[in-house]
Amino acid sequence: MGLPDLLKIAFVLGFFVFGLTPLMVIVERRLSAFMQGRIGPDRVDFPLLHRLGGLLPGGLAQPLADAIKFIFKEDIIPDEADRTIYVLAPLMVLIPPALGLIVIPFGSEIAGVPLQVANLSVGVLFSMSVLSIAVYGLAFGGWASNNKYSLLGGLRASAQLVSYELALALSIIAVLMISAGHPNETLGTLDPRAIVERQIKYGWNILGGGNWWLAFSGIVGFILFFVAALAENNRLPFDLPECEAELVGGYHTEYSSMKFALFMMGEYVGMTVMAALMTTFFLGGWSLPFGLNRFLDGSDWWKGLLSVGVFIGKVVAILFVYVIIRWTLPRFKYNQLMDLGWKRLVPLALANVALVAVIGVLTQSGGAK
Amino acid sequence: MNFKKFLLKLAIKLYIPAALKGMRYTMARVFQKKATLSYPEEVHVPRKGYRGEHRLKKDEQGRMKCVACLMCQTACPAECIQIVGAPSPWADRDKIPVVFNIDMLKCIYCGMCEEACPCDAIELTPTFTKVATTREEKIYDINKLLSR
Repeated sequence: MGLPDLLKIAFVLGFFVFGLTPLMVIVERRLSAFMQGRIGPDRVDFPLLHRLGGLLPGGLAQPLADAIKFIFKEDIIPDEADRTIYVLAPLMVLIPPALGLIVIPFGSEIAGVPLQVANLSVGVLFSMSVLSIAVYGLAFGGWASNNKYSLLGGLRASAQLVSYELALALSIIAVLMISAGHPNETLGTLDPRAIVERQIKYGWNILGGGNWWLAFSGIVGFILFFVAALAENNRLPFDLPECEAELVGGYHTEYSSMKFALFMMGEYVGMTVMAALMTTFFLGGWSLPFGLNRFLDGSDWWKGLLSVGVFIGKVVAILFVYVIIRWTLPRFKYNQLMDLGWKRLVPLALANVALVAVIGVLTQSGGAK
Repeated sequence: MNFKKFLLKLAIKLYIPAALKGMRYTMARVFQKKATLSYPEEVHVPRKGYRGEHRLKKDEQGRMKCVACLMCQTACPAECIQIVGAPSPWADRDKIPVVFNIDMLKCIYCGMCEEACPCDAIELTPTFTKVATTREEKIYDINKLLSR
């Protein structure tokens, strides 16, 4: 492992995990306040900066203050709790999404170094399988607390996550088939970088990857993936795992201090990863549409940086939609959630896969064999 | 069922058009006027006619208008006004109050005293943020009421 690898890991950890998460927290709090006619937290500023003379909005240091508060609060472990698993659970929620980030190509290349921490040929499978480990964190948290409400919350959470994993994976299969079906490619690919490169060459997967007959499937696949990702991240309208009304709090009822903060961070990192996956699979990764991508072609270092900026821009846009959805839609009941997952999303995703297969064969002579 | 109705039903079934409409509405709300006041910098200004703490008025010669007629004390539903009258030093009235206490903690700020007063001597001001650390401080005596 050389210096470039370390730098890439530092960037992914520093920006996507520990940079975007606090930013996301404060943006969400301010935006939700605006949507409800409030002002939101606008008092905590970084000392000595003086808001850069009014350039920065107030309250940017709020997540930092929250983190300090979380760290110094008393860390209570219930007497009857299973201590090992109790301590393990928050880590199981935070680390898998962070691991999922390593296969995501977040830019083209700088000085010949591809901007991706690990260039796995099975990147799609890796990210999917690693992300699904997060469900253990919720189940462990619920079980180890030795509290019946936590246990119910954990069970609900794991049932929800397992159900929607299916729709998530099936909607990705459609994408893989789209990116495999180009006439000039002989093989399909599970490498996220190759998927992005094919999207640059032929067109974004959300619009059928260059084959306009598949545009409908691409859009349906994107919507399915988006809905399933919302459920995977426990975001409204699918935030059933945590619930004050009937479960006291959910799987994290007994958690306090930094352990609770880790659960929350894991949720936000999960959102970032899902947004990054959406960008990679559907929205062309670091590329620009409408032929603008010629500004990113080439090996200049600033072009590499620009491609990273484009990728981050797409991720942030998706996160923004996440926030709007959270403050728009009311949550589902649990039976509605399961109904939507098993009776709507899974059949739709399967039908979408079949549709892509049929249209792909009909419209492309030759193609992937 | 005609085609338009069918489309409408499809849109409801799909859920997504309605969700998008809702999201647009939410985004429009971002730019609405904020209801919150940033308190220490911005202060709430009560509307005209707001009923806050009382004061006793003075006439143009600087004398108190009150003639200790006990009308406000009688009208008060909370019984928070206590008046003790004494002979007046001035020729144009018989009595003036020597004790005029209002217990601001008992007062329900209904404004009945203001309605009842025949001399227009008592008034409710828009002040509502005066703080006290003891109950005694919130019993305003005649000097305090006159000085406001």
